Amino acid sequence: MLPELGQFALILALLLAALQAFFGLAAPALGRDRWLAAVMPATAGQAVMVGTAFACLVASFVRFDFSVAYVAENSNSALPLAYRVAAVWGAHEGSLLLWITLLAVWTVAVAFGVARLPARFGARVLGVLGLVSFGFILFTLATSNPFLRLDPPVPDGRDLNPLLQDPALALHPPLLYTGYVGFAVAFAFAIAAMLEGRLDQTWAKWTRPWTLAAWAFLTCGIALGSWWAYYELGWGGYWFWDPVENASFMPWLIGTALIHSLAVTDKRGLFKSWTLLLAIIAFSLSLLGTFLVRSGVLVSVHSFAADPARGVFILAFLVIMIGGALSLYAWRAPLLRSNAGFEFASRESFLLFNNILLVIAAATVFGGTLAPLISDTLGLGTLSVGPQYFNPTFLLPMLPLIALVAIGMHANWKRGRLGERGRPVIVAGLMALAIAIALVFGYYAGRPGLALVSFALGAWLVLSSLFDPLDRLRRGLSMPRAIIGMTLAHVAVGVFVIAVTAVETYTVEQDIAMARGETAHVGGFDFRFDGVDAIDGPNYDGVHGVVQVTRDGTPVVTMHPEKRRYLVQQSVMTEAAIASQAGRDLFVALGEDLGAGRWSLRIQIRPLINYVWLAAALMALGGAIAASDRRYRHARAAAAVPANAGQGSTA
Amino acid sequence: MTPRRRRLVLVLGIVAGVAIAGALALQAFRENVMFFFDPTQIANGEAPSGERFRLGGMVEKGSVVRQPGSLDVQFVVTDFQRTVPVRYRGVLPDLFREGQGVVAHGRLGPDGVFTADEVLAKHDENYMPPEVHRSLKTPAAAPTPAPEG
Repeated sequence: MLPELGQFALILALLLAALQAFFGLAAPALGRDRWLAAVMPATAGQAVMVGTAFACLVASFVRFDFSVAYVAENSNSALPLAYRVAAVWGAHEGSLLLWITLLAVWTVAVAFGVARLPARFGARVLGVLGLVSFGFILFTLATSNPFLRLDPPVPDGRDLNPLLQDPALALHPPLLYTGYVGFAVAFAFAIAAMLEGRLDQTWAKWTRPWTLAAWAFLTCGIALGSWWAYYELGWGGYWFWDPVENASFMPWLIGTALIHSLAVTDKRGLFKSWTLLLAIIAFSLSLLGTFLVRSGVLVSVHSFAADPARGVFILAFLVIMIGGALSLYAWRAPLLRSNAGFEFASRESFLLFNNILLVIAAATVFGGTLAPLISDTLGLGTLSVGPQYFNPTFLLPMLPLIALVAIGMHANWKRGRLGERGRPVIVAGLMALAIAIALVFGYYAGRPGLALVSFALGAWLVLSSLFDPLDRLRRGLSMPRAIIGMTLAHVAVGVFVIAVTAVETYTVEQDIAMARGETAHVGGFDFRFDGVDAIDGPNYDGVHGVVQVTRDGTPVVTMHPEKRRYLVQQSVMTEAAIASQAGRDLFVALGEDLGAGRWSLRIQIRPLINYVWLAAALMALGGAIAASDRRYRHARAAAAVPANAGQGSTA
Repeated sequence: MTPRRRRLVLVLGIVAGVAIAGALALQAFRENVMFFFDPTQIANGEAPSGERFRLGGMVEKGSVVRQPGSLDVQFVVTDFQRTVPVRYRGVLPDLFREGQGVVAHGRLGPDGVFTADEVLAKHDENYMPPEVHRSLKTPAAAPTPAPEG
């Protein structure tokens, strides 16, 4: 009964989304204000129906309904409850339903938010969101229905992919999708503004908190995925430039540019058409990400399905949405002219260059991600693009960007002189250089070059970011959340740069064959291998190794790297043992039985790696705090705000 | 500077920056991109000698030989027409198995042995890297997915 109910609810949701889109877009366009009243009920109805469908699928998983094909494929009677729920988005069909559900959640939040805005504008925003929902629900029903029954039902399911049986990965897709889908809101605001043919600073004020929130979720989602890859894939890496990682990273880069461009539009009424373009691109890249992952055209951990019908559908959807948005942009953007100017070293300039560098970075990632696809389609050979390409091309725009942020935060709006604010920037720079030299030559002993530059830039950013808030505290000035959030996020970027530099430069790793009782000396630690014991889990069995770690004869920790065999799928999984210390992670993964009583082990010492994710979490927190600033909550439907109003020093 | 001049300088600066970034990216791309070859292409001499590339195919059944107690392992990659012997030193991925798809990164030696510095196996039992799948030209020899368990 439940699956049929879910499917029925989804069909109703499709119809309601169509109504939501129609009334939302047609009522303002045709000037039929009475139709506006229909938008809210359609939106609410759509959300309720999507929620019902999602609940039905969750219930089917919880109740072990193996007569549903999707449940049978991705669950098992031995699977614990938490993972049965997470299994809902463990594969293609369910993760689409999750996408739709999260879009419904955003839509409801937006519906509450736009209630205070002009009725026609709000209707258009909801109309665009309805259009997106309609496309995705249609896609799900037509090509990827999760509610299909099996006839006859199977007695037990095939189990969830063991790689996905993990707390971080259970949360990774919802967070990532919340971010992806959140850019649909900025997109809808952009389309609505273009349809209105009017975009003022109030528009930017409305759009900013939504974009910040989406960006914060996306940051969390990406970081969680990276953390998972680090401890679960057994390789000890945290970023592989995998096509799907890139697919989530490109919207992040453009989203970061968008946040900053919105700041300029909000404060100074500039960069209007650029902001619109970024809003369109950010969401387009989210859609493209979906296309890349779901169509299976790229080789990746994440590619679930290789069904050409799905790819064609998403491609068509992509062309319609992006093509439509860009056509509208080409038609309407020339109407949105800015009349204010700014000087060369003003904050506007710094933010402009920030945007350019972020877009360049996104473009190099884009090129590297799509090159294999293009080369393959054109018959130029099958190629792959790895870190050897991405690392240098990504660093090239990013390092100057860090320097720009460190200086640009202290620049004034409009006026092109740093003046008295220049001195702390220089002082912070000198201190940062001293820290970098101490780190490279004192603490880590050697390998200067890029590490010296990156450490110095990272430290400079941290110190430079702290100056303004400390000054405010000292002078007893108020501290708006926008400033707290900005400071936190910028400090986090600095910490991130330092952490990544340390990991990339000073990681020690060794693959080694060890017999019981043998000791390996890696990076100042002694790892003694004390053999393996059998283990027995709820839905797996296997062995765990015992590794005693000592440093200069003092015991540090006992580590238990595991090798699990999941019984249903008979797949072998490496569970690496990780001991986190303040300054580094010790990482031991158990390889395989080499015979002659020896096992292969992978031992790594990765300095500061935890700070990579800590920094990402701080960035997200900064975004969330900034999104909750009071001036957004009180941003009412004041139609015309004077061009110079609200000039603080926040960005 | 007049605003007009300033804008011109700004635009020229952006164009120059983008051009330089593009040229450098293209350069990095040309130097670091890895092409994919299957055993038949290698037998035909299509693969570059001395350059890193990706070799893909199936691990031939019964071909995995390991020096007991050491990290050195040898196996044979096949596309069911030609084969290439592969030498590797290190930890093999969990999903590496005889009769399954594999992609190895490395260089082809003058002795015809491919020395791999990285071995990747597919991520689940029904999934094969599309390039491996395509390079397996004899459909009859291609393994069918494991039966439902």
